[in-house]
Amino acid sequence: MSTSSIIVSASPHIHADRTSKKIMYDVVIALIPAFLISIYIFGFGALIVTSVAIISCLLFEYLIQKYLLKTTISIGDGSALITGILLAFNLPSNLPLWMVIVGSLVAIGIAKMSFGGLGFNIFNPALVGRVFLLISFPVQMTSWPTVLENNTVFADAVTGATPLGIIKDGLMMGETMTDLSSKLPSQMEMFLGMTGGSLGEMSALALILGGLYLLIRKVISWHIPVTMLGTMAAMTGIFWLINPEQYVNPLFHILTGGAILGAFFMATDLVTSPMTKKGMVVFAVGIGVITVVIRLFGAYPEGVSFAILIMNAFVPLINSNFKPRRFGAPIKSKIIK
Amino acid sequence: MLKTFQLGGIHPPENKLTAEKSIQKMAIPKVVYVPIAQNIGIPSEIIVAVKDTVEIGQLIAKSGGFVSSNIHSPVAGIVTKLDKIVDTSGYKKQCIVIRTDEKNLSNFEKIIYPLKTNIELSSTEILQRIADFGIVGLGGATFPSHVKLHINPDKKIEYLIINGVECEPYLTADHRLMLEKSAEIIVGIKILMSALQLKKAIIGIENNKKDAIALFKNLTQNESKIQVASLKVKYPQGSEKQLISALLKREVPKNGLPPDIGVIVHNVGTIFAIYEAVQHNKPLTERVVTVTGKNLKNPANFWVKIGTPISDLIKEVGGLPEGTRKIINGGPMMGKAIKNTDVPITKGTSGILVIAEEEASRKKTENCIRCGECVFVCPMGLEPHLLMSLAERGLFERALAEDVNSCIQCGSCSYVCPSNRPLLDYIRFGKNSVKNLTLIQN
Repeated sequence: MSTSSIIVSASPHIHADRTSKKIMYDVVIALIPAFLISIYIFGFGALIVTSVAIISCLLFEYLIQKYLLKTTISIGDGSALITGILLAFNLPSNLPLWMVIVGSLVAIGIAKMSFGGLGFNIFNPALVGRVFLLISFPVQMTSWPTVLENNTVFADAVTGATPLGIIKDGLMMGETMTDLSSKLPSQMEMFLGMTGGSLGEMSALALILGGLYLLIRKVISWHIPVTMLGTMAAMTGIFWLINPEQYVNPLFHILTGGAILGAFFMATDLVTSPMTKKGMVVFAVGIGVITVVIRLFGAYPEGVSFAILIMNAFVPLINSNFKPRRFGAPIKSKIIK
Repeated sequence: MLKTFQLGGIHPPENKLTAEKSIQKMAIPKVVYVPIAQNIGIPSEIIVAVKDTVEIGQLIAKSGGFVSSNIHSPVAGIVTKLDKIVDTSGYKKQCIVIRTDEKNLSNFEKIIYPLKTNIELSSTEILQRIADFGIVGLGGATFPSHVKLHINPDKKIEYLIINGVECEPYLTADHRLMLEKSAEIIVGIKILMSALQLKKAIIGIENNKKDAIALFKNLTQNESKIQVASLKVKYPQGSEKQLISALLKREVPKNGLPPDIGVIVHNVGTIFAIYEAVQHNKPLTERVVTVTGKNLKNPANFWVKIGTPISDLIKEVGGLPEGTRKIINGGPMMGKAIKNTDVPITKGTSGILVIAEEEASRKKTENCIRCGECVFVCPMGLEPHLLMSLAERGLFERALAEDVNSCIQCGSCSYVCPSNRPLLDYIRFGKNSVKNLTLIQN
């Protein structure tokens, strides 16, 4: 026999057939229901904004890898695609397209590639892009087209506030929850997504469907979404029980804004979340608390993106302080010796 | 609920192709190559010379120290060479080459030992016999059994655990042995229990061997001291520490050994070898080997004389198939890849696995996406991604502080990594460097 074709390498000799690419494309699949709903609600605008975000994210990654870093091109790995989709999901569907492109440049160029590319970034790239736009262009970033009435018109959409925005402004004007209730969408409307807001955060139902897919495919574990939403529910629940005229109920908090999108898709980003189950729980409690503090007491009506970015910064610390339980506690007598 | 260990673990495809195939006796090889380094620890010392005539079972290399073992001739024949040959470790090792005497009828006698249940030897005699007859751990680790059985008097042993898990994919040697030699294994267990005055024994078998579980449950119906436990299928349950944790929920301390928590563990193959040594005066000169692979014509289980070249076994199963890319001594998770088939079977060879390109080749290493899979599957609660990066950067002291030495090298981390990162390679490098570091410091 010929032994020239025999290779020798260290064990293990077999490998599971799960790859990073498959994981990334599972996330993309999980985002499809929410994308379809947003096209249904916002029409052409949602499609255009998402396409522009995806194309510019891929293009910027390509250009940076080819001309600045001069490394191998890896835009096919699916991660820039996800960044594009998630960035678009956090934008109003009528945002000027040049802003979408600027947001993509910040997301990919600053938040991802300048840290070293896939796996090295500390902050969630899509959220960095979103927050950059929110701070730079607050007016455009908080003008949302009203729902369904104009889903075939892109340019001259009438703008309406988000449910969280209605509450924030109303409470600042001295109104109570009873006064505000007529201006708010019903919980069923919010669950299905028939409210104002960023294009992908609309339908809790579609997002939960996607989240369940990720859980079933074991791309994410329950720890982050359940803990984060649970913390939000518990904290807002306490305030609501104390004074229901000043604070809205927990279910409202979970169904509005970016809570569900954040819990299933943004906070669970593999690269920027902790690597142990204990760490994930700590991380998610932090996000829940910060979100609620911003929503109830901060200047912004919504705080999920800020909360996730703040907790992203703590991930290295969490990783080194919440380690997995090591097998076999040592015998003390032997340590002394 | 089936028992299993708590931390980590993986579920690779089982591929037990030979589970239904009874163990065949291999023909006596024309030449045997008996390496003298067949156990963990000190190699044995050769006590024969070229041109010596040796009988079956004659001592040919004696124990080189406490953690060492005797080696006996697997055949009757003439020592033709004392040479260095490449063994399964990949290194050249001293080896006794014996040409089988084809006229010596003892080579071809078919000895069928009747089951012998009454134990005549005393405790000390049993332990002496195990040491004299070259018994080592046959699960693959080849740790000399008499060392394992030499219990410090201040340790109280409660349980003897019999490892019939065989969690490596493809391998079926232990499974077949349990089915075909169950009564002998029960006697072997009793021998060890009487030698160490133990009150409880547990046979741990994974639930993919239901026939073996049923058989042993049946045989132990009237044995109040021997239990049979069926375990959930999960790799690496056959590892001593994981098996104890699954059966007793006790964890071997990271700076300790099983006797520290009142347990000793022996593989079923070792138990059978002890039975033969004690009851039938037979030294360890042959073992069961699974020869398997998806592309082999007739994958099979064999009784093989120690020292038989692997090529003889491959011939027996229909030759190396076209497109073979890897030949592995052992299972696919922890076995060692070997360069060619001239290497002989040793006491630690539980299987020979032949795999083709699609399974054998490693895929391109990509960036770590920090998914944490390696952490979730590590049965020792380590952080493989961290240990790899520490080893990569030469930070061995930190690797030591992060318990790199607790790694049992099961390969679960490398198996699951979606970015195909060579985690275990770097962890091994880290472990070795830590060892050298501590040697220098002392």
